[in-house]
Amino acid sequence: MSPVLEVSDLTVSFGGVPAVRGVSYSVRPGEVLGIVGESGSGKSVASAAIMGLLPPGARVTGSVRLHGRELIGASQRQLAAFRGKSISMVFQDPLSALTPVYRVGDQIAEAVRAHQRVSKENAMVKAVELLDLVGIPRPSERALAFPHEFSGGMRQRVVIAMAIANDPDVIICDEPTTALDVTIQAQVLEVLKRAQAKTGAAIIMITHDLGVVAGFADRVLVMYAGRAVEVGAVDDIYYRMRMPYTAGLLGSIPRVDRGRQPLVPIEGHPPSPAALPPGCPFAPRCPMRVEACDDREPPLFEVGAGHGAACIRWEEVRPDGLARQAAAGDTSRLRVRGERTVLAVRGLVKDYPLLRGAVFKRRVGTVHAVAGVSFDIRQGETLGLVGESGSGKTTTLTQILELVPPQRGRVVVLGHDTARLSRGERTEIRRDMQVVFQDPLASLDPRMTVHDILAEPLRTHGRPAGRRIRELLALVGLESSHAARYPQDFSGGQRQRIGIARALALEPRLLVLDEPVSALDVSIQAGVINLLDSLKDRLGLSYLFVAHDLAVVRHIADRVAVMYLGRIAEIGQVEAVYDAPAHPYTQALLSAIPLPDPVRERSRERILLEGDLPSPANPPSGCRFRTRCPKFRAELTDEERSLCVTVEPEVRPLNGATDQGAACHYAEKRGVV
Amino acid sequence: MAGFLARRLLNYAVLIVVAASLAYLLAAIALDPRSNYADRTPKPPATVVDAQLTALNLNDKTPLLQRYATWAGGVLHGDFGKSVAGASVNEDLKRRMGVTFRLVMLGLICGSLLGVLLGAAAAVRQYGWFDRLTTGVSFVVLAVPVVVLANILILLASWANFRLFDRQVFLVSGEYSVGLEAGFWGHVVDRLQHLILPTVSLSVGLIAVFSRYQRNMMLDVIGADFVRTALAKGLSRRQALTRHALRTALIPVMTYFAFTFGALLTGATFTEKIFGWHGLGEQLINSIFTNDVNTVAAISFLAAVSVLCASLASDLLHAALDPRVRA
Amino acid sequence: MTLSDEELAEELTDGTAYRAPSRLRVVTGRFFRSTQGRIGFAVLALMFLLAFAGPLVNRWSYTDKDLTAFMRPPSADHWFGTLQTGSDVFAVTLRGMQKSLIVGLLAALVSTALAAVVGAFAGYFRGWTERSLTWLTDLLLVLPAFLILAIISPLFGSGQWVVFVIMLALFLWMVTSKIVRGMAISVKEREFVQAARYMGVPPVRIIFRHVIPNLSSLLIVDATLNVSAAILTETSLSYFGFGIQPPDVSFGTLIADGSRTAVYAPWTFWFVAGLLVVTVLAVNLMGDALRDAFDPSAKRSR
Repeated sequence: MSPVLEVSDLTVSFGGVPAVRGVSYSVRPGEVLGIVGESGSGKSVASAAIMGLLPPGARVTGSVRLHGRELIGASQRQLAAFRGKSISMVFQDPLSALTPVYRVGDQIAEAVRAHQRVSKENAMVKAVELLDLVGIPRPSERALAFPHEFSGGMRQRVVIAMAIANDPDVIICDEPTTALDVTIQAQVLEVLKRAQAKTGAAIIMITHDLGVVAGFADRVLVMYAGRAVEVGAVDDIYYRMRMPYTAGLLGSIPRVDRGRQPLVPIEGHPPSPAALPPGCPFAPRCPMRVEACDDREPPLFEVGAGHGAACIRWEEVRPDGLARQAAAGDTSRLRVRGERTVLAVRGLVKDYPLLRGAVFKRRVGTVHAVAGVSFDIRQGETLGLVGESGSGKTTTLTQILELVPPQRGRVVVLGHDTARLSRGERTEIRRDMQVVFQDPLASLDPRMTVHDILAEPLRTHGRPAGRRIRELLALVGLESSHAARYPQDFSGGQRQRIGIARALALEPRLLVLDEPVSALDVSIQAGVINLLDSLKDRLGLSYLFVAHDLAVVRHIADRVAVMYLGRIAEIGQVEAVYDAPAHPYTQALLSAIPLPDPVRERSRERILLEGDLPSPANPPSGCRFRTRCPKFRAELTDEERSLCVTVEPEVRPLNGATDQGAACHYAEKRGVV
Repeated sequence: MAGFLARRLLNYAVLIVVAASLAYLLAAIALDPRSNYADRTPKPPATVVDAQLTALNLNDKTPLLQRYATWAGGVLHGDFGKSVAGASVNEDLKRRMGVTFRLVMLGLICGSLLGVLLGAAAAVRQYGWFDRLTTGVSFVVLAVPVVVLANILILLASWANFRLFDRQVFLVSGEYSVGLEAGFWGHVVDRLQHLILPTVSLSVGLIAVFSRYQRNMMLDVIGADFVRTALAKGLSRRQALTRHALRTALIPVMTYFAFTFGALLTGATFTEKIFGWHGLGEQLINSIFTNDVNTVAAISFLAAVSVLCASLASDLLHAALDPRVRA
Repeated sequence: MTLSDEELAEELTDGTAYRAPSRLRVVTGRFFRSTQGRIGFAVLALMFLLAFAGPLVNRWSYTDKDLTAFMRPPSADHWFGTLQTGSDVFAVTLRGMQKSLIVGLLAALVSTALAAVVGAFAGYFRGWTERSLTWLTDLLLVLPAFLILAIISPLFGSGQWVVFVIMLALFLWMVTSKIVRGMAISVKEREFVQAARYMGVPPVRIIFRHVIPNLSSLLIVDATLNVSAAILTETSLSYFGFGIQPPDVSFGTLIADGSRTAVYAPWTFWFVAGLLVVTVLAVNLMGDALRDAFDPSAKRSR
């Protein structure tokens, strides 16, 4: 079949700084091409260039042919005729992709009417059909709603509906699921597959997530520093990669199906597009670098049928991730829980008033953000607190950090009940419990030097700063000369190291980590995870690790607590919970996580959850998960169901498990990864 | 919703009461109506003056709080008392309100419409010649205070009347010519001749402000994701800009429109005074010069009411235009 | 909050003491690279030079009256002409400019400081503090500023212009304070403020160490724009006789006098009006360029 879209030697530069440097690929009808790269690799710019949607300052050269017709240099009028008709696009952020002041039905109908001569009424009928197709319940009613009345996942469905309104030949998806929770991601990917089956379109899937592509794409293109560095069939890329960067990327991903083993980070950080190194742009970070690498930039060598890699030593590259797995055998260390409890939470409850309206603010209900959560952390232990957005994990965290008497329940931090804290005790806890935040840039005051940032906790608690700051910097792997710089002079990973150094300044006993790696690129993330792991052992710390990424938690935590709608669904030792989850929600969550392993991904049975998270203002009676529970829907008898509807399950230890408990009346272990 | 509105209105009522009371007390302390009688010839006897002032509730020999109580009692019944000349403040202000309202409305409509159009046009071609021109001109205009602008307009108009037209085309004083003998159309033309300069002096500044504001709002949304979505659907650039960007960018501007109304009521003061329009603003300045405590307090009351009404209106307008706010 | 000397010395002995370009330098650099900024700054500097050095080169002082020249057009003797009273327009104008510039600068400084403190406290503490501060702000917004200033203008008297400055500032800070409050609320949610809180840093210190410095770009820009607002308000008030009182002169009193004689003696009006416009324009240009310099990501500057 002849390709529907051919891109050759596409280059894009902004004010002389290259963002994309000669990218070529082609897509055949019905094919899915995955474009993978870290932030700054130029993957999104390249796709925007195809659509002609770059800001005016961009200079685009090369050729993009759609059905043989050149798009680069075409007039705006010609482009408008293609856009939405032959090529359409699904954007990353569904929250801002829809015009806030129009009803979603009208916005889809507008897309229909942009290319088809139909009446307003017929366009609206078509819009409702499309909403139905992408799985929006009660479509004719929802078509009249405004975008802000939809959840993120539902909005992304609307965007997809708009993209397939005119049966396009190519759909470009730019990180379509990055902003979504993992169970919603699974739903949206399913919708995309359905849309593709309906339209027969080729899909270009742009993502940083190697897992998403593994199960979805036929071919994969890996981008680095504005270039394609490896391209090939999906199995070639994952099992027979010939480019050290691809190998490094795969080696650095934490995987939910593999136990505790050190990750291999890629050294350094991606080059700035304005100052590319001579020769291979990956050479400075490459473990296989030789002198010849710096001579000139390697072209894409033909290394197999339809498989190209831009590395002069491609013949020596081995899929070293697999070798490593074999080597790491001692993963399941037998753990006995420590004696001293550093943090205990019992029956914690937190409600918020639910406010509506920005101008006429009024209270319309109560959000039960946390509704009875209990867990504890022993000395030297890491508890991973995981959950999707709206699960109440952040509220739990804030309740602990605020050190105020809880609304209901008890919080005991380092032996002190927060309901009865004297001033001195509070200061003491503030010294012994520290926090690391998600966004390293946001958590460091941009107007302070690193020295001042690290000195702040020391000064607040009346300790001398000077020497300690150098120790701290060394501890997290930074140089002492970095003290005079400002946070914006550092890369993401380095900033997070500064944040960790600040948290360690007062030699705390408990560290609360709020999504510490989720803002970082995969290759950087691994380094920070390893650092946290080694610090814990060296300094005898205890961690409360809050995250939405279950794979990361598997790598760092000893125990894990899974939250759903303000309650703990399942809690226990990491190996036990991951290998044989007992709560249907944990099972669905784990099965929704895509693995960077195409063969397993293709053969996996996925447990899809229906719909969105219910509003925490109005949770279901009885078991909070029952409205979406696959077990409740498919396996239980009516008699059994009535227990779920009437009685809210508490976390109960499972039969025969040393440390695993689930809040399900019919808990049953089942392997899903 | 109803509870919220009630709370808000109550808060407004308190603000108005406090503001008007403060204005009254300040005026009663600082202004000295007795001095009005000092330079009359022949000088009236002290007892007559006292009696007069007492009748007007302006006698500084009566304790301040007692005068305030009398005044407040009157205001509660909707009576703002008497001016120094003994006329009813209510009657006087009612007439003047109409004059000011007409002037402000016209200026505001001209100013905002033109400003929004210019601003939107400038934003579409950022850094084009039109953008640069409007930016430059609005900078200059914003640097010219109304008192200077009005005087410049008067100078230009008299020059134009004298040199260009050789007759009085622009009339620079008052709302209409007194005792004009002309038909209906003659009166219309006369009114227009009087209207042009004050309206221009009021709206030129507004045009500058609105065009800057609209331009910035528009630039904010032109780069927005949803405009890109509209383009990706296959809408032309013009359609995407007018239907999606302009519509969304208008929301804050319309909100600002209502807000400006309140601010302008007092802002028209200079224009009215300089062009001899007998509106509220002119009376405000006159009343300070004539030590007219009751009129000063009444105008403060009106100003407070109009500022709050405008702020309420701007919120309502915002809610009407933006479904996110309405929710 | 900078490196103490001893600590700096320690840094330096490490060999590689590297100073990244400070924010101040970056912003100054950006500011002076923009045409607007350069022009604004140059013109304003020129205005100051004129106002304060000008009188030194003029043989007439603003109190002198040339009894041989009443209402004369500009000449070699009287560069800007003379007034009805025989005063030298150039000398009087410079005198008025001095006053207006000082009044504008001081009022802007006071009002911005007020706005920063009130807004930051209201935004950071929320609850009771916020409600009362917001109410106060609303009250001052509702009070007709012009009227209040006009009523108490007799108090300013001659030489009492400092009181005038303070009163002027008292009616300029509210809008800025509302913006500051809104931004303080969002800065409070920023993680570095949370980090400081969880570290145990006392709230007032957080406000002055983290919140206000992080709003400094807004505050600097606003202070600049407040200078022009203050000059314009001062002019309008003085125009109607409610501001600077004789024998002091300012732009406002001069324009008021000049406008009466402008038709037949243009020099009494146009010079002072022109200088006023140029000054305010320069200040506004500077404010705009500063805003761009502080916020390079803003669309307006791209």
